[in-house]
Amino acid sequence: MKKLTASISGIAAAAALTFSASHVIAADDTIKVGILHSLSGTMAISETTLKDTMLMLIEEQNAKGGLLGKKLEPVVVDPASNWPLFAEKGRELIDKENVSAIFGCWTSVSRKSVLPVVEELNSLLFYPVQYEGEESSKNVFYTGAAPNQQAIPAVDYLMNDLGVKRWVLAGTDYVYPRTTNKILEAYLKAKGVKEEDIMINYTPFGHSDWQSIVSDVKKFGSAGKKTAVVSTINGDANVPFYKELGNQGISSEQIPVVAFSVGEEELSGIDTKPLVGHLAAWNYFMSVEDDTNEAFIESWQEYIKNDERVTNDPMEAHYIGFNMWVEAVEKAGTTDPSVVQDAIIGVAVPNLTGGISAMMPNHHVTKPVLIGEIQDDGQFQVVWQTTGNVAGDAWSDFLPGSKDIISDWRAPLSCGNYNVKTAKCSGQNF
Amino acid sequence: MFCLRKYDLAKCKSPIRFINIVMLLAVMMCSSTVWSDTFFDQSMSKLLGKNFKSVTQGVELLAKSNDERAEQVLQTLLAGDLYRLKKEKRLVTILEERGKGYLVTDILVADKTYEVTSKRKIKRVAINNTLRTKIKAAIAQIQLTDTDPTKRSAAVVSLFDVVDDSQIALFEKMYEHEKNDRVRSLIAFGVAIGHLKTGSVVEKITAIKTLEDSLEPAVRNALQATADNETDKSVAAAATKALGKIDQKIDNYALMETLFFGLSLGSVLVLAAIGLAITFGVMGVINMAHGELIMLGAYTTYVVQLIMPNNIGASLFVAVPAAFLVSGLVGIAIERGVIRHLYGRPLETLLATFGLSLILQQTVRTVFSPLNRSVETPDWMSGALEINPVFSITFNRLYIIIFCLIVFAMLFFVLKKTTLGLKVRAVSQNRAMARAMGVRSEWVDALTFGLGSGVAGVAGVALSQLTNVGPNLGQAYIIDSFMVVVFGGVGNLWGTLVAGMSLGVANKILEPMSGAVLAKILVLIFIILFIQKKPRGLFPQKGRGAEG
Amino acid sequence: MHTDKQLFDRKSQVFLLVLAVVTVAVLGLNILVPEGSALHVSTYTVTLLGKYLTFALLAIAVDLVWGYMGILSLGHGAFFALGGYAMGMYLMRQIGDRGVYGDPILPDFMVFLDWKELPWFWQGFDMFWFAMIMVVLVPGILAFVFGWLAFRSRVTGVYLSIITQAMTYALMLAFYRNEMGFGGNNGLTDFKDILGFSLQSNSTRLTLFALSAVFLALGYIACRYIVTSKLGRVCMAIRDSEDRTRFIGYRVDKVKLWVFVFSAALAGIAGALYVPQVGIINPNEFSPLNSIELVVWVAIGGRATLYGAVIGAVAVNYAKSYFTVAMPEVWLFALGGLFVLGTLYLPKGIAGLMNRKEAVA
Repeated sequence: MKKLTASISGIAAAAALTFSASHVIAADDTIKVGILHSLSGTMAISETTLKDTMLMLIEEQNAKGGLLGKKLEPVVVDPASNWPLFAEKGRELIDKENVSAIFGCWTSVSRKSVLPVVEELNSLLFYPVQYEGEESSKNVFYTGAAPNQQAIPAVDYLMNDLGVKRWVLAGTDYVYPRTTNKILEAYLKAKGVKEEDIMINYTPFGHSDWQSIVSDVKKFGSAGKKTAVVSTINGDANVPFYKELGNQGISSEQIPVVAFSVGEEELSGIDTKPLVGHLAAWNYFMSVEDDTNEAFIESWQEYIKNDERVTNDPMEAHYIGFNMWVEAVEKAGTTDPSVVQDAIIGVAVPNLTGGISAMMPNHHVTKPVLIGEIQDDGQFQVVWQTTGNVAGDAWSDFLPGSKDIISDWRAPLSCGNYNVKTAKCSGQNF
Repeated sequence: MFCLRKYDLAKCKSPIRFINIVMLLAVMMCSSTVWSDTFFDQSMSKLLGKNFKSVTQGVELLAKSNDERAEQVLQTLLAGDLYRLKKEKRLVTILEERGKGYLVTDILVADKTYEVTSKRKIKRVAINNTLRTKIKAAIAQIQLTDTDPTKRSAAVVSLFDVVDDSQIALFEKMYEHEKNDRVRSLIAFGVAIGHLKTGSVVEKITAIKTLEDSLEPAVRNALQATADNETDKSVAAAATKALGKIDQKIDNYALMETLFFGLSLGSVLVLAAIGLAITFGVMGVINMAHGELIMLGAYTTYVVQLIMPNNIGASLFVAVPAAFLVSGLVGIAIERGVIRHLYGRPLETLLATFGLSLILQQTVRTVFSPLNRSVETPDWMSGALEINPVFSITFNRLYIIIFCLIVFAMLFFVLKKTTLGLKVRAVSQNRAMARAMGVRSEWVDALTFGLGSGVAGVAGVALSQLTNVGPNLGQAYIIDSFMVVVFGGVGNLWGTLVAGMSLGVANKILEPMSGAVLAKILVLIFIILFIQKKPRGLFPQKGRGAEG
Repeated sequence: MHTDKQLFDRKSQVFLLVLAVVTVAVLGLNILVPEGSALHVSTYTVTLLGKYLTFALLAIAVDLVWGYMGILSLGHGAFFALGGYAMGMYLMRQIGDRGVYGDPILPDFMVFLDWKELPWFWQGFDMFWFAMIMVVLVPGILAFVFGWLAFRSRVTGVYLSIITQAMTYALMLAFYRNEMGFGGNNGLTDFKDILGFSLQSNSTRLTLFALSAVFLALGYIACRYIVTSKLGRVCMAIRDSEDRTRFIGYRVDKVKLWVFVFSAALAGIAGALYVPQVGIINPNEFSPLNSIELVVWVAIGGRATLYGAVIGAVAVNYAKSYFTVAMPEVWLFALGGLFVLGTLYLPKGIAGLMNRKEAVA
């Protein structure tokens, strides 16, 4: 029995030691950059690529001589597609590893999970994925598209160029589609579309039996008016959806589907036949003919040692975000997040579509919006694009709750959530 | 005619057409006196243009052209097989890949081929949706005179939305020469739609009479428009009445459609669950790795398609036995390696097999990458059997229902009519007695588990045609499979069939009312409550073997 | 067996002692040892340990019904998550007008979805005592209804496991729906404070850690009390032969029902302690996979020992934290292998291993 007591307390002591011993003091000769992307679990499919993108960008920056005379050092952690783990790993990166900035997250819920941690410890998070908006944090930089940089231009295109009169808003039941569809519904109604010409449908994650819904879409679309589907359907549910469309004889010219979550990477894993001719709206396509883009693709394929690998929009977002951060740090002369926060506003860097993207005072960026048609080789053919850049709008003008809210992180306002009617700044964690 | 579009178009004679008055009318309709071949030549140079506008003009010219090659050019363009040879300024199609480049052939000049050294030297003639619509309309116009009645019907229907006086005249002329009944009735509908728009009151009433037998959406829309906007009361009333009649029919077909959707969802459930019905139902093993065995079957399909990329159509027939073998062998390995040590401890097999499922998932992820893999759908599986305009049966679903029934029948046969089946049943009912009678129970266990696993693999082949092939494929089906088996009654194959089908239909009946998620939740709650009422499922096993 | 008929047998004493020592040591090393010292335990680590302790409490709840009564529940994650949601709702209401939209009553996601008033089931959660009652009551009532139906109609063994799995699956689907009013996929997050104390402050974190340890100890003692009482004997009799126990004259359904309800409530408390420490609760906690995983903690640690469940929960989670950083690809192989080898060669888990050593000595 003595032995048992000894062994148990031994285990306990060992565990306590392991925990404290893993607390290593950061070396000062490098600048640490945190990468917070899931490498296992359901989101690994999308996020692993972004981790590799970041590693490549950091390597390239180091080859150019690093930053402020120091080398950049990536710190990779795996939040394993587990939302609470994002907060935990985020804290680990900032608290234990002392990173200067974090590049990471894909889903909205993972961003929401890590957000309080980033704000509490006053670090920086660069978030590279299109999202629903309705958020502007002092510590987060949104380099993906806000709804007005993706959804609204896409609807404009359908309405003006294709003459669409009836709308199916189909999405997976989570916050991004919900908000996007709310915004679109309000927008369409403002444009004079009647209630009965809008059909809204939500399905669970990974929905695979689309028979009834596609049949409903078909009926909805046979009323003699040009119909289109605006799809915020997420990830895995897309393939069965498009297959069912094809099988039920709905072609892309009868009822085009414009998707906001289908990019090159998603297309590379599926049989593209049923998708050809359908549309997607993004701020970047791999097929854009531009020298910076060509160079980026080349170095990516070289880095990953596979010349079949594709590039996509969130990768471009990280490219923009990382370059902005580098420039802001150089401008500020320090990696201190509270200084970089101010320095980065107004920083403009080339994007991959031949233009310049700038960081706005609301922590969103300016980007062009492109509409592409899916080709059978899994690439997009650009069929339409905005004439200039569109600035990301944190708070939608089409939602009753947020139309009076603006975000401006410059002094004197310094508020992400300022109500112009009540002149109040609310919802801030500091 | 049998001419592959990848080969020389000039050599390939178009079908012999009706050279009749319709043809001439079509030409006259274009209100042109220029000989149509000029249109064709002009169109060729337009198609060489680099922007959509030029290509659009080319298509418009082709539509007017009377050249018999026009349709083939349009089809090639629509399929995305038309390329521009940049330097020579010729329109070509690709014959074959040659090293880094291609061997291409001129679409106009017979036997003229070019060797292209780099992929960059040719550029596909790009089309977009607006163009696709135009091309299809142009093809429809041409196909009004096609020899194939199905093509003619489709062409007629595609013109329903744009019927005007001149089109009525065209339809009427066409009607006189048309011999096929289906096409004739469609043309009649077309004329009636035209009359409904522009005719006199009498004409309108007759038109409505004709139209009330049609289920075409365009017809319904025309009637709806008449019912809403017609000033003449009698006409409006007649239209409303006809609409009611049509809607009644549509509702009936909608019911049939729901039933079909339900059965097809049900057969997916049955396929996924039936392997489990054997391993869990007959052997009492809770195999949490069942979903991963399904996944292995789907990946086998992917590998088979990689091996035979030129025979996608036949690949599924190879994949079915291959998947059966792969999953079956893995199953036997699982049984020999793990499960056999755990008989009589069902809850522990659950844990061990759950561990196995994680290992299998990660193996697949390591070998095939975490990305979904692309499994192609053979042509014979795509498309739909159109029974009428409002009710069509998609081929993939139809084949899967049939496939499910075949698998079920074969399994049933194996278990009831073969010696192996006899031994399986003997061992599952009374192991000691079976052993005493000389049955090698260990061997039977392994084979039974292999059989159940193999069937799971076969289900994977079917699922690869419906959903994503990725490492998480199995997880999506494991819970549903257990529900089906438990609901149907463990140890009863019929129970699994009935349970799967009825859950499928119930789900689809609920779905329009409550939405997909709530339907699923309701079905789950129903099963939970049902199990309380009848703990042994729909068809409980009877006798002493049932206890324990 | 040795002396495990007493409430505080040797092993329990050792367990409680180790728990107390570790808790005090961790707190001490955090407060007294200056930051930067090699012995300092960071608040990050404290919170992490706090999370493990709530998992350990959950594992004890599972061990009680599985190890001692033979009910393999694959739905205990649901009770945990429900407790977590009750706590999350309280924390959400505490945000008040500090939310993004500044609405004094409605949580952000409701403003987002354009809801005008608070749904009835959110009423009362602004009061701490009410929320705490709900933490126990909601999982308890669900367990009661579920158990009452299932045990009365004698659904046992594998069937029970599968319908508990169906239960948590149905709940997961339901909570994913935005119409349900629990924040959908995003769940509840962005909490500010608890009883007026900021969740971000060091002292609150340390307190939550200490509370987790206290509740783990209390949970252990309560379970220990049950299994050493006559009720516990009946439980084990049910596990070994349900029919015989029934024939002897025990009200098997009732015994099962109340122990099941107690276990669910315990899981709910664990969930309530978990949420403020990790800062988010979302429907993923209901996923059937989580429930299976926690059964595995118990199996690895050793069934029907209670302290084994604790060891299993901490060991597996620590391994998970370690492997997902060091070798993310290997993690699933390692976990899977652990399940298979554990059930094959270590049917009594780590606890069994320790007992064997002891027997040899």
